[in-house]
Amino acid sequence: MSRRVAVCATAQIKNEPDIWYKRFQGMLLDCFESILSQTGVTFDMEKGIRNVVTCSDDVLDARTISDNGMTDVVGAHFRGEEKTAQDGINALGYAMAAILSGHDDLVLVMGHCKESQPESRQMCTNLAFDPFYCRPLGLDFLNASAFQARAYMEKSRITEEQLAKVVVRSRRMGAKNPYARENEPVTEEAVMQSPLMSDPIRELHTYPRTDWAVGLLLCCEERAHEFTDNPVWITGFGSCMDSYFLGDRDLSANFALKQAASRAYDMAGIKDPKSEFDVVELNDAYAYQLPMWAEGAGLAEEAGGGRWIDDGGLEAAHVNTSGGMLNGNPIMLGGLARALEGVHQLKGSAGDRQVDGAKKALAHGTTGAAGQHHGVLILEK
Amino acid sequence: MGYRKKNRHVGIVGVGETKFSSHREEVNQPEMIHEAVRQALDDAGITMDDVDCVVHGNMELFEMVHQPDLWHTLGSGAYGKTAYRLTTGGTTGGTLACAGDNLAASGMHDVVMTIGFEKLQEGHTTGGITNMADPLWARKLQSGALTDSTAVKLIEEFGPERARTAAMIYRIIMDKHACLNPNSHRAFGLDWDQMADLMENSPPLIGDLRLIHMCSQSDGACVVIFAGEEKAKQITDKPVWVRDHITVHREETLNLCNNYYPTDTTHRFAAEKLYERNGITEPLDYFDVFEMYDPSAWWGTDWLREFFLLDDDAHLKLVENKEIMIDGKMPINPSGGVIAANPIGATALVRVAEAAKQIRGNAGPHQIQKPVNHALASAFGGTMWTVLMMLEKELNW
Repeated sequence: MSRRVAVCATAQIKNEPDIWYKRFQGMLLDCFESILSQTGVTFDMEKGIRNVVTCSDDVLDARTISDNGMTDVVGAHFRGEEKTAQDGINALGYAMAAILSGHDDLVLVMGHCKESQPESRQMCTNLAFDPFYCRPLGLDFLNASAFQARAYMEKSRITEEQLAKVVVRSRRMGAKNPYARENEPVTEEAVMQSPLMSDPIRELHTYPRTDWAVGLLLCCEERAHEFTDNPVWITGFGSCMDSYFLGDRDLSANFALKQAASRAYDMAGIKDPKSEFDVVELNDAYAYQLPMWAEGAGLAEEAGGGRWIDDGGLEAAHVNTSGGMLNGNPIMLGGLARALEGVHQLKGSAGDRQVDGAKKALAHGTTGAAGQHHGVLILEK
Repeated sequence: MGYRKKNRHVGIVGVGETKFSSHREEVNQPEMIHEAVRQALDDAGITMDDVDCVVHGNMELFEMVHQPDLWHTLGSGAYGKTAYRLTTGGTTGGTLACAGDNLAASGMHDVVMTIGFEKLQEGHTTGGITNMADPLWARKLQSGALTDSTAVKLIEEFGPERARTAAMIYRIIMDKHACLNPNSHRAFGLDWDQMADLMENSPPLIGDLRLIHMCSQSDGACVVIFAGEEKAKQITDKPVWVRDHITVHREETLNLCNNYYPTDTTHRFAAEKLYERNGITEPLDYFDVFEMYDPSAWWGTDWLREFFLLDDDAHLKLVENKEIMIDGKMPINPSGGVIAANPIGATALVRVAEAAKQIRGNAGPHQIQKPVNHALASAFGGTMWTVLMMLEKELNW
């Protein structure tokens, strides 16, 4: 029995602040046509794609059953379509299960999000809180993360300078990625002086508003050669849900990420995460999350995230060569963006930011307030 | 059955359904879900420690909660588990069941709990459904899920008298079934002598679609627990086996200029493909029960033809001869179906749960009295989408 699944092709549009000139259908169609032309894959009922796993969200699209707007542009007319309404790393985990189950040979994964459409991201994420206790308090994913940032920075002694380094580096790496959002380069001083959004999170600590669409073609091991000479293998996936009330959680403990990572590592046979990965992509919606997630995934010592930054851990472990979420990917698609960079690095198609001889990568995604849910994906050459 | 052999068989080992009602005001969303979770765990004789994956689904804009699985962790038991959220409109429950099968068959998870829920009381259902239409081209034309196009079609084909009578016979049969099911939201106690009155006087919604024909909007949750073969046999003596499933969607706009794609309904297309790859030539003879997602009596009547691949008026005869009653040749919805209760995100999963209970033989007052070995469950949603799942008593195919 095969325990791995091939990524045969990827496609994406450029991350942009406001793709006003295209509807989300047009954004997806660009990715869809690229995958078809790269692979020659069809929608034949016997040998082609019979199921598409999509990733989007009704609230962010302001549409009930928002997948009905994309059925045709993802090729699902008279075929199957199943929508994961959480971070896209789970779409890959689910697609992997659909293939390993034997039910599908091929699964097309397509994700979209237009953060430019809602009036405010905070208004959307406020709706993720229960309407009785938390929503009326005005909680949203930004200020919930601020609680976590404060708790974590206290625990790991993270300084403003270290967060500034993370942001400056993210913009520097992003500038090398032709699909990354184009941002102004910033200095550490500018980061430390940028306005507070929700203490201690500053404006430049926050991922910028972004529109994006992405697609990946996944295939069972036996047939991968039909679609690519250069497959990248998904060899492990794990996810975990934390509790809902912030007060029920130890916000700096990384409970869900530790569980998700250990599940993915078990499946892929990873023994020592510190030394085994050539490329690591962590979903850093806010600057404090990069060292925090690195601790949770076992890449940095517990409570050692600050020292890890100072000691050049990000460069040494090739963390977020894409620029990371901090450089700009929309919510929902952070995990897919991380996976896409992993695939590019392992295929050797990462251009100016290529890590030589990369063989194994970690990609990570988060859903919910202050990382209530984490997903970890292992990619291998 | 895909292209390849299923990695391993998957059995349903536990089901739970809340009482369905227009107003479950005494519980909030996580509490209501917890009722169904508790029931399903007790039914399977396991605890949350045995579950390693939780899959959740509903429509966000019905209750205006963004990614509600996050909040529902309080009642769903997802804390510390692998957790997915899948949503595909009315088909959500069907998609959840497919996911339960896929995730358990993949070998990545041994015991998968799927949770469908909706608390339609807390939102505006028709507004929510209307909001699914394209904001530029179709939203001003959309009237929620209300349409009389199927009534028009049946009346054109079979004449007003026969079509209207068949739809009303279907409706009365479903109510008689609903009266047997203690979980029903609506069980009126309708009888045959009320037919003429209802056909004449039930308030019209659109054209020939009257209030009495249409499904309710309900609160409720449903949980189905799936397990890999070995684990399923450890958990219960009577796992209900998932044989195969298929999902068929179609695009939202009318496809007038494209001759490449089939003009069949997704129901018929899905049924043809599913039966073909499982070697079923006479579905009407093969299946012992069919739990259909029938949002209105018109749709239910018409769709019998599609799901059983019938020609001419064979489906009307099934209804007119009352062969779809619980003691008939082809029992449809012994539970009362969707017209009796429609908590949308749960509805299609309820079809799977009810079909499984019929195979186990412990459905309660609405148990079919003949042996049930082969069951079919359907889901409907989106812009005429279909999910079909086949369940079996024995692992012998």
